[in-house]
Amino acid sequence: MVRRVAILGGGTGGTVLANDLADRLAAEIDAGDVEVTLINDDPDHVYKPVWLYVPFGQREPADGRRPLRELVDSRVDLVVDRVTAIDTDGKELSLRDGPGPLAYDRLVVATGSTLAPAEVPGLAEGGHDYYSESGALALREELLSMTEGHLVLSVVGTPHMCPAAPLEFAFMADDWFRERGLREDVEITYTYPINRVHGNPHVSEWAEPIMAERGVGVETFFNAESVDPEAGTIASMEGTELDYDLLVGIPPHRGVDVVEEAGLGDRGWVDVDKRTLEADRADGVYAIGDAATTGVPKAGSVAHYQAGVVARRIASEVRDRPATATYDGKTLCFIETGMDSASFVEFDYENPPSPAPASEKLHWSKLAYNESYWLTARGLL
Amino acid sequence: MTDIDIEPTDTVDARGAACPGPLMDLIGRVRSASPGDVVLLLSDNDQSLTDVSEWVDETDNDLLAVDETGDEYGFYVEVA
Repeated sequence: MVRRVAILGGGTGGTVLANDLADRLAAEIDAGDVEVTLINDDPDHVYKPVWLYVPFGQREPADGRRPLRELVDSRVDLVVDRVTAIDTDGKELSLRDGPGPLAYDRLVVATGSTLAPAEVPGLAEGGHDYYSESGALALREELLSMTEGHLVLSVVGTPHMCPAAPLEFAFMADDWFRERGLREDVEITYTYPINRVHGNPHVSEWAEPIMAERGVGVETFFNAESVDPEAGTIASMEGTELDYDLLVGIPPHRGVDVVEEAGLGDRGWVDVDKRTLEADRADGVYAIGDAATTGVPKAGSVAHYQAGVVARRIASEVRDRPATATYDGKTLCFIETGMDSASFVEFDYENPPSPAPASEKLHWSKLAYNESYWLTARGLL
Repeated sequence: MTDIDIEPTDTVDARGAACPGPLMDLIGRVRSASPGDVVLLLSDNDQSLTDVSEWVDETDNDLLAVDETGDEYGFYVEVA
């Protein structure tokens, strides 16, 4: 019998799921038959896509933060605490500050990604990023003071959050320096670990001509091995070394330790069935969003769609019916191609992406969605 | 049945992973391997056929053999 649902992580996936269940199971929750608990170690919900715009002075980190309490349905028990252990046999969670173990019948792991720059020597000291609030703010200072030199955007680790964001940053930086009359004095080089500029061949095929047209240099098969902050160089395991004046690195990513310690998967990612989103290594556990190894991008849209699937599955289980909802790999991304144009892709497990022609309208659509995202978090959009 | 007679030091099972997952999984394992180790990458993604061989060509590692006998591929890479 499924009565207690625990959601671990209050990012996009966890928050959308909590609100979806609160709506879907309102009658059962009101009758006291079901409890939905959302556990997050930060009282705020953070919308990470805002960070891309911070280095260019267009947004502030605060624009991407809102108190979870304002976003989550009152039928959800919100617990601001940190889970220190997951016991998948005993089906309970240990909390850092809480009074005792939290028992569950269904656990949904939505713990997202963390950054691991220390995995590449020198990267934390020599590189900047826009994959964190502090990183985006520090990068803004660097960009504002840069009037000439070599900007290297290096995708160091994959998988990483928002696979389109490195392309977006390169296109936006090109446009931003161009608008400021500095582009001729700022060389931009983009590096990627494999033999193209993006993991998806269709997206890569679309992006490469744009990079060539904009004069963005490309180094493929570049797996960063070390950074020398003193010398201002980044070296790859393939033997290439680049000098930089400003290094923007996409650091290696990991999930969270508590997931790995629970034996749910490697590097803190949960091994799941890519359609049912059920954990391979434990009963009664689902994973969604970045935490789930489905092979699709670590993107907000994925977490959003997967949350809907798991909500339907759990509602079926609560009502003692077979769970039939499955995830089809649906992913949706806007891709900025400059400061005032963007493209758009939509794909799934069966249908590859086909980027739309870049337009100002799509750019404004992306910005408009970023504003209306808060309706998504509340389960309304 | 494969007639490849190579005993891998380590196996990376990337079956089910979309590109560039298999190649990135291989690169990650090669990073932590020792010279002379043989890493076997299992992949069911056709793109791996070009991705893996092109990457190995860029490095000093060797692609000893590719097992294409079943629905999936096995890439034997010796670490330089």
